[in-house]
Amino acid sequence: MRLAHNLFAGAAIAAAAAMAVSVPAQAKVEGDTIILGAAVSKTGKYATNGKHTINGYNLAVELINAKGGVKVGGKSYKLKIVYYDDESTPARGAQLAERLISQDGVKYLLGPYSSGLTKAIAPVTEKHKIPMVEANGASRSLFTQGYKYLFAVLSTSEQYLASAITLLAERAQAMGKKPGDMKIALAFENDPFSQDVRAGVLEDAKKYGMKIVIDDKLPPELNDMTATLRKVKVVKPDLLVVSGHSKGAALAIRQLAAAKVNVPMLAMTHCDSAQVIKKYNKAAEYTLCASQWAPSLTYKDAVFGSASDFAATFEKKFGYAPPYQSAESAAAVLVFADAFQRAGAFDVAKVRDALSATDMQTFYGNVKFDPTGKNIAKPMVLFQVQDGQYKVVAPTKWASSKIRHPTPPWSRRK
Amino acid sequence: MIDNLILLLENPVAFVDLAINGVLIGAIFVLVAYGMALVWGVMNIINICQGEFVILGGFVAFYFSKWGINPMLGVAAAFVLLLIVGWILYRLVIFRIVDRDLFTSILATFGISILLSQTMNEIFSADVEIARHGLGTWSLFDGRITLEQIKLAAFALAMVIGLALVIYMKNSRAGQAIRATAQNARAARIMGIDTNAVYARTYALNAAICGAAGALVAMIFTIQAYGGLAFTVRGFLVVIVAGLGNLPGVIIAGLSLGAAEQVASFVFGLEYQLAFVFGMLVLIVIYRQIRLGFRRQYLR
Amino acid sequence: MSQTARIQKPRFNAQTWIILAGIAIIGSVAPFVEPTLVGQMTVFWIMVLLSYTWDTMGGQMGYNSFGNVVFFGIGMYVTAAIQVGLYTDLGTYTAAKGGIKLTLTLGQYFTGLAIGLVAAGLAGFLAALLIGSGILGLRGHYFAIGSLALGIFVAELASGWELIGAGSGLVPPLYPGVESARSLWLYFGCFALAGITFLVLQWVYSRRFGLALNAIRDDEDKAEAMGLHTTRYKTIAWAISGIFLGVCGGLAGNFFQFIDPRDTAFSGATYGVWMVLMVVLGGKGTFWGPLIGALLFHVFKELFWSYLLGLQYIALGLLVVVIVVFFPEGIVGWFRERFPHWFGERVDPPPEATAADPVREPAE
Repeated sequence: MRLAHNLFAGAAIAAAAAMAVSVPAQAKVEGDTIILGAAVSKTGKYATNGKHTINGYNLAVELINAKGGVKVGGKSYKLKIVYYDDESTPARGAQLAERLISQDGVKYLLGPYSSGLTKAIAPVTEKHKIPMVEANGASRSLFTQGYKYLFAVLSTSEQYLASAITLLAERAQAMGKKPGDMKIALAFENDPFSQDVRAGVLEDAKKYGMKIVIDDKLPPELNDMTATLRKVKVVKPDLLVVSGHSKGAALAIRQLAAAKVNVPMLAMTHCDSAQVIKKYNKAAEYTLCASQWAPSLTYKDAVFGSASDFAATFEKKFGYAPPYQSAESAAAVLVFADAFQRAGAFDVAKVRDALSATDMQTFYGNVKFDPTGKNIAKPMVLFQVQDGQYKVVAPTKWASSKIRHPTPPWSRRK
Repeated sequence: MIDNLILLLENPVAFVDLAINGVLIGAIFVLVAYGMALVWGVMNIINICQGEFVILGGFVAFYFSKWGINPMLGVAAAFVLLLIVGWILYRLVIFRIVDRDLFTSILATFGISILLSQTMNEIFSADVEIARHGLGTWSLFDGRITLEQIKLAAFALAMVIGLALVIYMKNSRAGQAIRATAQNARAARIMGIDTNAVYARTYALNAAICGAAGALVAMIFTIQAYGGLAFTVRGFLVVIVAGLGNLPGVIIAGLSLGAAEQVASFVFGLEYQLAFVFGMLVLIVIYRQIRLGFRRQYLR
Repeated sequence: MSQTARIQKPRFNAQTWIILAGIAIIGSVAPFVEPTLVGQMTVFWIMVLLSYTWDTMGGQMGYNSFGNVVFFGIGMYVTAAIQVGLYTDLGTYTAAKGGIKLTLTLGQYFTGLAIGLVAAGLAGFLAALLIGSGILGLRGHYFAIGSLALGIFVAELASGWELIGAGSGLVPPLYPGVESARSLWLYFGCFALAGITFLVLQWVYSRRFGLALNAIRDDEDKAEAMGLHTTRYKTIAWAISGIFLGVCGGLAGNFFQFIDPRDTAFSGATYGVWMVLMVVLGGKGTFWGPLIGALLFHVFKELFWSYLLGLQYIALGLLVVVIVVFFPEGIVGWFRERFPHWFGERVDPPPEATAADPVREPAE
């Protein structure tokens, strides 16, 4: 009678195995469609920025297709993206990249959101020799491993807040103080991206001899940063730097205002994707925000037109102003399309070589990759929230307004 | 770490500031923990989806603020909405696991918590949201101590809710039925109490308390579809420390957890905030074991 | 509580061996038949490993642990740290600003991996002994709670430790050889480990030691009164599963290629709970249950991910509720309840309750 039991077990295993196998397979190019693959966070802690990323990708694909598609070898092809949801977890991201490549037969990958996920996926694409153009992994640790199939259209993390430190040094001199007397407080999320931004800030601060007085890490499940802000209140730094994706930005501004913590200068990342102006109005004023891109920049391309055209198209379609995450994601698709056209073939090695030879202008900025795959042709900009708008205040070349500094204490702010 | 400690010792006012804020925040933990202790004590269920109830309540306040209604009213609305949600959940799932062991209840409510947080992600998106309340901040001692009015209001409200619960439990027929069921469900049934209805009421009440707490959270911190876990674990810790059916214990433990957590994150750094909470939990559980070990007894 | 009288025949009879041989053959041929699915199948064997090692505590001994993922994560970190640390400075390699690149020869790679895996097994064993002697005196639910908290506590500590990359994670060295070879040896590594684990655990269960575990599950007080040193048995049982979990973690870390402290290594909310669910789904303390549970869970999960994009976790949450609420005895348990003779068991009609659940807690 044990036979029945064992047979039952065998049957269950066989049935389930058959189910697992019957997963659809797709080719890299089907008819006149080029298939790109991407594992992006639709759920989990990066879901907000994952949405911005997907919107950027989709808008670019839509516009490229509407304008005649990609011309390869005299024939016109449409683009299509196969998405999976990586759930904001690296292990899942790596598995899905594996799946896109070996099961679905996708030969060209777009990047996920966040450095951590990119870090998890890059070894997979590398070992399969599949080119990936990513737009949201800025950590320098991605570019020291000699990856040959990884291309990033964005500037790396250490540049995010470098201009904030420079600004602080300039302002110190303008006020007759030495840059070396400046005190900086750091609050960075404990993830690959923010920690690399922190490493960059530390290097820059060292250059000027500035002193780091607080160095806290924010946990990913952050919901209260009172303790750090109380420290800020006590040691009175000249600059507070916060980097913790959208949640860190939203929480920092709320709690700074609520606890009336005065800092002469506040710099952070991700304020536009956290929509801090819409959320806080006046309380968000004076905040400096690192951005990969601004609608006021003077770049343009054939698909979107100028940077402000992109912003207008995006807002019309999705109902909110594009954060830079969407802009850089759209640019990644443009880079891919350009590489296909120059390669003139779908051979993966040729496309990879065409990608590495990229030298183009997009609405998002110039794109040119160095041998490690990072984009060295575009600057970072620094916004300041001024009268309810993001104004570029640094670097000088792109600045549209002067910085307002120091931030007055809360008692004198309306 | 040492630097932080010295900093704190040099600035006793900052310490007081931190502790006061911690205690005020602790009121939120008290609410969550009280609901948890209620369900645990009466139904023998460890409810892992407390945090999701909190976040759901937070979204009510968020929408009130978005529609231009005072989010303080959202506290009441969240209470009512979650009362309904809790009741529906009981009728659909929870009643099937009341008689099972705690382990089953952990797994089942874990499933519900995934379900709720992911559904919220689908409906509200994963954006970080806040409810604007328009209350100000009182500054004392030249701004060295700041009291946010909203935190005070939340604290007061939490205490009022707590007090109301005590009165409800002590004096109303329904509350007495709940207590009777907690003491001995079988005897309660014999005495004519519809224990199933009592369980439904208890579970719905718990969800409602969490919802009200959540509305306060949306006004003090930020809310996000996946942010529930932080509240579940803190509620859990408070219940473990205070024990079941011990409201004064829950209040004291919750408020001190709030303060201790703030001081600990000041000293160790914010990244160890959760590690601190869980380290405490492990230590307390082991401590209880050792203490009971001397008496040759064990915990069930 | 009245326990149904149940006589179990020895588990390894001819038929069992035939089935096992069948699985071995299918498992060995499968990666060549469906080369595109090798990655999926590797994950499947990792899942099988997780469920059988969890079953030692949860099924055989009745101690529901949410902390087993700790040994999995420790194995992952130990292996990767040794693989890197043998040839370069670990702290420089993991620096947040972008560490140095590490290029290994095949020989170096496998030396590092071998030493790393052995160390991972050892680390898992020692960690389980150490932690076990601390919290295994806890009974029942307090143990579950303590182990749950422990898992998260360790995750938080790991994400604060800069030497192993803190929150930025750790990338094990890239395999210097051909990719198709890598995925094959990883597959066979996990497959073989699953096989060994299964056989060793079944052998352990068939000894006096296994009886002691079952005795603890059925009534710990009586077991203690009979002179069993229960805490010692519990700790050793945990340490045995710790060995296999450690090695499994070492292989898994190399398979995933990126170790994140919270989301990969000490991921209580995914692997930590999944291993519990798989066993519950299959049937706690049963011979085939963990395997069937792992298979069904894995297949369901992959199907959700393929066809329910964005909603997969809602589906998974529903699945969890359905498993727990409707299949508390698991699939094998469900069949055993209805067709006990399939299982070579003779059931005396019990005086009251009909349930044949060996792990049900005493009524409070």
